[in-house]
Amino acid sequence: MSWAPGRRAAGWRTTGHALGRWAVLAAAVGLWEVWARQQGSSFFPPPSAIAARMYDQWFSGPAAHLFLTHDAIGNVLPSLGRIAAGLAIAVAVGGVAGVAIGRSPVVAGYLDPLLQFARALPAVTLVPVFIALFRLGTEMEVATIAFGTVWPILLNTIDGARSVDPLQMETARAFRLPGPQRLTKLIIPATMPRFFAGLRLSVSLALVLMVFAELAGSSNGVGYEMNNAQSSFDMTWVWATIVLLALLGNALNLLEQAVEHRMLGWHRGARGRTP
Amino acid sequence: MTEAAMLEVTGLTHAFGPGTGHLALDGITLTVHEGELVSIVGPSGCGKSTLLRCVGGLIRPAGGSVVLHGAPVGNVPDRLAVVFQDYSRSLFPWLSVRDNVALPLRRTQPSRAQRRATALEALATVGLTGTAQKYPWQLSGGMQQRVAIARALACDPVLLLMDEPFGSVDAQTREDLEDLILAVRRDRQMTILMVTHDIDESVYVGDRVIVLTPGPGRVRADLPVDLPAPRDQITTKELPAFVRLRTEVSRLVRGQADGPGEPGDPGVAGGAAGAAGAEYRGRDRYRSRAARASQE
Repeated sequence: MSWAPGRRAAGWRTTGHALGRWAVLAAAVGLWEVWARQQGSSFFPPPSAIAARMYDQWFSGPAAHLFLTHDAIGNVLPSLGRIAAGLAIAVAVGGVAGVAIGRSPVVAGYLDPLLQFARALPAVTLVPVFIALFRLGTEMEVATIAFGTVWPILLNTIDGARSVDPLQMETARAFRLPGPQRLTKLIIPATMPRFFAGLRLSVSLALVLMVFAELAGSSNGVGYEMNNAQSSFDMTWVWATIVLLALLGNALNLLEQAVEHRMLGWHRGARGRTP
Repeated sequence: MTEAAMLEVTGLTHAFGPGTGHLALDGITLTVHEGELVSIVGPSGCGKSTLLRCVGGLIRPAGGSVVLHGAPVGNVPDRLAVVFQDYSRSLFPWLSVRDNVALPLRRTQPSRAQRRATALEALATVGLTGTAQKYPWQLSGGMQQRVAIARALACDPVLLLMDEPFGSVDAQTREDLEDLILAVRRDRQMTILMVTHDIDESVYVGDRVIVLTPGPGRVRADLPVDLPAPRDQITTKELPAFVRLRTEVSRLVRGQADGPGEPGDPGVAGGAAGAAGAEYRGRDRYRSRAARASQE
């Protein structure tokens, strides 16, 4: 096609931009390294020390364990498991309830004040309540993550289900699509873009809630490890945990984006082509 | 062509909004015979689309009745299909072209393979072989409207409703699609009700042209079109009969400017078309190339 050369040039340009972005990050880390070495402060260890500590702490295990150490298996995996469980509950509840509420304007009208109130409530403030309900441990942590992450998914899904194009609904009626098919072939796919917009927010939120819930009381997990590091005044360990959380956050976002990319190919295409 | 009355619309009235609201249709009465292609033409806002939706059972009219094959229309009747103007919204962007066409067939054809075969056949009928795996938004506007037509044809309808089906495509594509509808209709016995605001189109494809008054819609005129078949974009539009008809329809449509004047009174309608008529004059200027060509 005639626009292919232009596209290739654009491709090179984006590659260049990407390299430039990484160069900025590398420069920032380099400056931090120089500055930290000059200061010699135990509160601000240089990045090389943090990286070495991360390696020792989590990634120097045997090959049979995918190079994960006991510490990584005992703390990082449980945290990820809690995030997965909490998000799974939020997706199931938020997705199903969102479509149901979004498609019934009367119910949506009645529930709106309640939903707005519940959403405004910071999930972390409910940690004491969840501790009382579930005691310390995984259940409490999963409940905190699920409760905090369900709102963006629920509210976005309600909005998406409510705003299915009336002409598409009319088309479904004109072609006499039975109820179940209207749901699976029209309402759910049409709601997906908004559902994923909510999920994106929830994934970032899940990490925060996981750390907070584990700081509040837990016998393992990344938050628990951070607590340990802090109380033993091992600042390099604290920093290593912080960097690990940043990496986990990025990995979760990338995972979400990959799923979204796969599920919403039609959405990007349709938006790119039609005026 | 049989002369049995297939569709009878009697005293159809509809209003939008609370209370009596905005009156869109005011006592429409018309009859459509089996196998006819009836064009409904009228100025913007005359309730053409509302009329079509009432006939299709998509809107429950406030008053009057729609009787199809002797039975009153409540919900959307079986073996009815609709082509909407806005193809980009009426096709589902998350389904491939083939799945869009096959979707309405689930009710009648349990076998997936059979549905797909029917869909491919319908796509071939509208000249879209080889696009089955694509998404609608990967096709041009005209091709998307062909997909919408294929979806309607796949249902094997006895009554096809078209709501300004070619209003969003360019002039050349529009002519191709008009001929496609005429060809499809020649091959299958179908009754077609087509709403349009294009006067040339209403005469070119129609067996009859029904002209509505500006809102609230009433039937201003019901004109038989006796142009020879097969129709041809060039030769049919040169015929004096075509030019006469399109002029008459044009006058009837423009007559809106004179309020509730005498329907079809050329003295009133042609002589003093007011401000609202000017809009139509502008549109006609490019829509009636063929008509002008024949006069030169």
